[in-house]
Amino acid sequence: MSSLKKITQKRLFLPIFSMILVMLINVIYDMACGNAPLTFFTVTIKNGVLYGRLIDIFNRGTEAAILAIGMTLVVSSSAGTDISVGSVMSLYGGMCCMLLAGYGNTNVSNYAVPLIIGIGAGLLTACVCGLFNGFLVAYMNIQPMVATLILWSAGRAIGLLLCNSQIVYVRVPSFQKIGGYVGFIPTPILIAAACILVASLVLKFTALGTYIQSVGINKKASRIAGFNSAKIILLCYVICGLCAGLAGMVATSRIYSADTNNIGLNMELDAILAVALGGNSLGGGKFNLAGSLIGAYTIQAIDTTLLALGVSTAQSPVFKAIVVILIVVIQSEPAKDFFKKLGKKKEMAKGAAQA
Amino acid sequence: MNKKVLSVLSCTAIAASMVAGVSAEGDLITVGYAQVGHESDWRTANTQNYENVFSEENGYELSLIDCDNDNAKQLEAVRNFITQELDYIVIAPIQSAGWDTVLQEAQDAGIPVIIADREIEADASMYDAWVGTAPYDEGVTAGNWLAEQLNGAEAKILQIEGSVGASAAIGRTDGFAEVMAEHPEWEMLDSQSGDFTQDGGQAVMESFIKSYEGQFNVVVCQNDNEAYGAMDAMDAAGITYGVDGDVILISYDATHDGLQYTLDGKFNLDVECNPIQAETVKGVIEKMEAGEEFEATTLITDEAFCAPGIESEYATTMTEEILAGRAY
Repeated sequence: MSSLKKITQKRLFLPIFSMILVMLINVIYDMACGNAPLTFFTVTIKNGVLYGRLIDIFNRGTEAAILAIGMTLVVSSSAGTDISVGSVMSLYGGMCCMLLAGYGNTNVSNYAVPLIIGIGAGLLTACVCGLFNGFLVAYMNIQPMVATLILWSAGRAIGLLLCNSQIVYVRVPSFQKIGGYVGFIPTPILIAAACILVASLVLKFTALGTYIQSVGINKKASRIAGFNSAKIILLCYVICGLCAGLAGMVATSRIYSADTNNIGLNMELDAILAVALGGNSLGGGKFNLAGSLIGAYTIQAIDTTLLALGVSTAQSPVFKAIVVILIVVIQSEPAKDFFKKLGKKKEMAKGAAQA
Repeated sequence: MNKKVLSVLSCTAIAASMVAGVSAEGDLITVGYAQVGHESDWRTANTQNYENVFSEENGYELSLIDCDNDNAKQLEAVRNFITQELDYIVIAPIQSAGWDTVLQEAQDAGIPVIIADREIEADASMYDAWVGTAPYDEGVTAGNWLAEQLNGAEAKILQIEGSVGASAAIGRTDGFAEVMAEHPEWEMLDSQSGDFTQDGGQAVMESFIKSYEGQFNVVVCQNDNEAYGAMDAMDAAGITYGVDGDVILISYDATHDGLQYTLDGKFNLDVECNPIQAETVKGVIEKMEAGEEFEATTLITDEAFCAPGIESEYATTMTEEILAGRAY
């Protein structure tokens, strides 16, 4: 009993609980359909690559997970959200494919410049976008949502200009590999794992995480304590821009083309939702990166589940909304208090019975 | 101070009117085109076509607004055309509903409106002409071709639809369903939207493969980009498709890349949706300009193309020459 209580009081308990709950829907559905109950979780190797719904969740959840890393830091340090990340993803696609294909070409099977230059320039562009956002927020004191609104609308348009209003295809195997498979593992999963590893190592072995949280909790006090608050906020936005670039890299290579209209469309909302589902306050301050990542994969789990259940596309946003509301409500303070009280009542009843 | 501001303002106004005067001097017919976006290769071919036909050499000044698949942005674009007092407005509606107010505004301003490419849910008196293709007929063509090829054999069909609410998606779904109703041996296993994008097509196909592994033998994608995504998903799962494969792959649009895949035998059938529509629109505008009578609705004919080695009365067999001779 007491060990169960310990688990339920862990900070990550509720996000993980929600994710498992979403996946349980599939178990129930599979049993109702007469399939083996764990069909959803079965991972096999088919055609030489990993195969299964669980793999789909981790594969397709890559973009949201990478974005969630940057978004968590931005939310924590500046108590605001970066809504430009989806557009920056698309801008990465435009920049990278334009360079690789050569301006004006729409369909190439050879690189015009080496792959590394295309990716490098794309990521650099994304970092510059982050720098621009960060400068407006940290040094010009513009509200984050307003500051990032500029690139939210302009980023996609610049990508469009770079690609001459066309979808630019780069049909080169080494470019497709980034969105495909390395050996038997989907490359996006490896990229997400690398990003998560780097982020958690940096936060664990440097004081950056503490700096960010302290700036988020009280900007003025942190400055007086000797932190350069503005610089830390700027850094968070640059990291967020880089994350958007990396997510764009995965999304672009998946379809080996710069579909600037659709790459990263509405992804900023998924990233913000991931941070919230992870039990983080959007008011800044203390953050929990693992929570955000679980949140990101939970969102993908909902999407994959809806496809698996065969919910018609016209109705699925409604189902998604219902699930999200449930998860958010379960994690809210009043709900937590209610469960706590319920637990106490039970204990008291038990105590009374024993007496 | 106030005087200064006023003088600056009036200067700007004079300059603006001069600019407007200059552009009117050339006697170009101004046409505004509210384009859907550039979500697919088909759409970019359509945009290109308008830019070529409504050129200055042909006596037109085209304001083309790419509405990025955003309904609100498109309404705004049309309103701008009205305030700019353009001579003609051409709209390729993103959504079929919700146009009444804007169309009324155009009518009040006395600007003729031509609806292009997609259909619209408004009374025919609200706009002047319609030019486009019939997605319903395209769906019927795909269905008839499949019936001819299967010749009574069983079909387990998976369909990847276009964007929810787009008339092309609705028409193709309904047209195909019409033919399906005549064939009790056909079964639609599942039908989900891939949003007319490659990524969407791939995600939906990945899920379909897991749900209906080994059960399906026909995949219908409602545009070429979705079909590319479906191909990638089937490649990864080791499922063969096309002329030599286990699965019959049907696509719509017939863009250059799509027809290349048809020629390579990877698509069994690609039903055309002709993006070369600007000439027809120009014809209507010329008639309006001359005060002649014009067609209220003009249907642009679509063809269908099937892979080499397939003969069909509903589709043309694809050859190198056909691909080379295509305008897009």
